[in-house]
Amino acid sequence: MAHVDGTHPVEENHGSLKSYTIGYLFSIVLTIIPIAIILGGWLHGTAKAVVLMLLGVLQFIVQLFFFMHLREEKKPRYNLISLILGLVILVVIVAGSMWIMLYNMVET
Amino acid sequence: MFDQIKEFASGFFVTGDPLIYGADVSILLVTAAIIFTLTYFKKWRWLWREWLTSVDHKKIGIMYILAAFLMMFRGGVDALLMRAQLAIPGADFLQPDHYNEVFTTHGVIMILFMAMPFMFGLFNIIVPLQIGARDVAYPILNSLSFWLFFAGAMLFNLSFVIGGSPDAGWLAYPPYSELMYNPGVGQDFYIWGIQISGIGSLMTGINFLVTILKMRAPGMKLMKMPLFPWSVLSSCIAIIFSFPILTATLALLFLDRYAGAHFFTLDGGGNPMMYINLIWMWGHPEVYIIVLPAFGIFSEIVSTFSRKKLFGYQSMVYAMIIISVLSFLVWAHHFFTMGSGAGVNTFFALSTMLIAIPTGVKVFNWLFTMFRGRITVKTPMLWTIGFIPCFIVGGLTGVLLSVAPADFQFHNSYFLIAHFHQVIIGGVIFGYFAGLYYWWPKMFGFTLNEHIGKWAFWFWNIGFYACFMPQYVLGLMGMTRRVVSYGWDKGWWPLNFVSTIGAALMGIAFVLQVWQIIHGVKHYRKNLDTTGDPWDGRTLEWSIPSPAPHYNFAVLPQVEELDDWWEKKQRGVHKQLNNIAEEKLEPIHMPKNSGMPIIMAGCWFLAGFGFVFHWLWLTIPGLAGVAICMLAHSFNYDTDYYIPVKEIKETEAALRKVTIS
Ligand code: HEM
Ligand SMILES: [Cu+2]
Repeated sequence: MAHVDGTHPVEENHGSLKSYTIGYLFSIVLTIIPIAIILGGWLHGTAKAVVLMLLGVLQFIVQLFFFMHLREEKKPRYNLISLILGLVILVVIVAGSMWIMLYNMVET
Repeated sequence: MFDQIKEFASGFFVTGDPLIYGADVSILLVTAAIIFTLTYFKKWRWLWREWLTSVDHKKIGIMYILAAFLMMFRGGVDALLMRAQLAIPGADFLQPDHYNEVFTTHGVIMILFMAMPFMFGLFNIIVPLQIGARDVAYPILNSLSFWLFFAGAMLFNLSFVIGGSPDAGWLAYPPYSELMYNPGVGQDFYIWGIQISGIGSLMTGINFLVTILKMRAPGMKLMKMPLFPWSVLSSCIAIIFSFPILTATLALLFLDRYAGAHFFTLDGGGNPMMYINLIWMWGHPEVYIIVLPAFGIFSEIVSTFSRKKLFGYQSMVYAMIIISVLSFLVWAHHFFTMGSGAGVNTFFALSTMLIAIPTGVKVFNWLFTMFRGRITVKTPMLWTIGFIPCFIVGGLTGVLLSVAPADFQFHNSYFLIAHFHQVIIGGVIFGYFAGLYYWWPKMFGFTLNEHIGKWAFWFWNIGFYACFMPQYVLGLMGMTRRVVSYGWDKGWWPLNFVSTIGAALMGIAFVLQVWQIIHGVKHYRKNLDTTGDPWDGRTLEWSIPSPAPHYNFAVLPQVEELDDWWEKKQRGVHKQLNNIAEEKLEPIHMPKNSGMPIIMAGCWFLAGFGFVFHWLWLTIPGLAGVAICMLAHSFNYDTDYYIPVKEIKETEAALRKVTIS
């Protein structure tokens, strides 16, 4: 019922034309670069993997700030807190699995 | 033609076992009886309008608990079958294959289709009332969650008579759950039953998180919120982060089985250990998901029945949040023996032991709350007192298991079985029972017979210790879990025999509880709860009549402190029941009923059934139905209405048995 009730806070600020345009340009650039890397065969091996992953992370950050309005959230910062918790658990899952599974390869 | 049908039927229906024929007959009889009764008393419309399409959180909660009781019966029968088989060495009451199916379905049903819905039922009924809200944040989603759970549970249960039950254990470890070793449909029933109900669980987690964060009554700061909603909040956090892991893991297993992928097979680059790793990332938080709300319930009950403020409220809150986050850091203790290096084992042993600290804090807080309190021992309190020693022993044996080198001895033995039943039954189930007895009058408007309730309590407890204490010893003597039979020469039979008697006592206890409920319904007039506050409670749900009107609060309460209702009663400023007229009543905005959730869950059921049997002609229309439901719902703008003041006055007057001008 929250969505229809008067208890719902007044419409939050959803960004300006300027911030949307900047975000859009950023994300286009961050999409073109990896495509170019792959199609043009610019980088190889570890360098390629690292650069692609970095670009992915940057893309994620741009989305959060320009389209998900992470900065504009009001006081109880539930979105930010849950995002951080989500990231922590994600890192635990991925890094933890790699750790456990790789250690399993060790002869016993 | 006839031969074709016969051939199909012989593979489709499970045959050849008297237990199965019995189940066939009883399913048919019960279905026929239900259809007949509903038609004879012309109740179809009533059922549809008042229950099946209801978005009232209290009714959804009642349906959850009803379903949980049904599943407790099914899972309990499985348990008794297993114990009957194990009572005497060399018994051939259950064949090995059948035994595998029974322990698999028992585990799945008890955790996913009994404990989870029981918990969701209590969430639904009590959380909005305790935080002073009129409904949950997303009422239609809430109903959808229930129906998805129900569809998943029914799909899973169907495997018993159609196609065959899964038999790879409640977590379906590969390689045994892979197609190569398990070509039947049982594992597919497992996957889809859990997937469908899992979507519902995830949505419930989100729904209650938002409800608690956004819909508290004016003035109820987070630190003035009762402990039960806090426990629900921490449980929901764990649900939101762990259920997606389960969904992904089972989806990968499904791809292995359905599409020939090799995520967890032994060939093609797959690794079954990755499955075990992933499933416990969900599995460990899951046990805390179900136990945290029980902690919340005990906290409410201890303070109400000791007539004292809960000792260390803030430390309780922090303890719960810490437990819910820490529970994501310990999963590898479930496979200490899998061959991980010493570094891995040490890390997970220590992180596991860490959880014992906040848990210990909670136990001491409950004890200090009781200390010097004016304790009354009604059934809810009785369950709480019964829980404490049980949980202490279960927790301590958990710490023993967390010692990695010792776990090489305990692993997969009956010691482990005794440990987790002790925490799950003694912690989780006792907790939910306590909650059910505590809030029963709020749900139905009458109290249950204390006398029968106490008998049930004692049967449960004595049966419990008789059943599980011998199992610790059996485990140390070397009896592994999932054995179908053992010889006389082992010397295990006296303890096993005692254990089976204990299980039977718990079976009797369950029957007593059902009788208690039937008795209560029969004599409800004698036990009406006219005050709305039968236990002299402390929190907001006791400030409204029992059963709660469908809009919960005629006027939203203004909260000033923790245990607001109790404090107001102490100062004599609480609204007398018949004082309601002085309040300015306003029309109340409520959500309308919706048939979409049950139809959509039905479509999921068909799609799931199609997936299980590889019937695309059924899967595709099923999924299309799901899509159509979503589309139709998103164009439906007629979702809410206002209850006029006149109707509120009439309802209040009728419920409070006073006249309101
Ligand atoms: C609080 C409620 C708890 C519940 C509901 C619970 C439930 C369970 C379940 C279902 C298993 C079965 C694993 C299997 O099927 O293989 C298990 C195993 C285990 N539990 Fe718990 N548990 C709880 C508390 C604890 C605590 C407090 C500890 C330690 C401090 C603990 C330590 C362990 C360990 C180490 C295992 C793995 C043992 C093995 O595989 O040998 N548990 N638990
Ligand atoms: Cu665990």
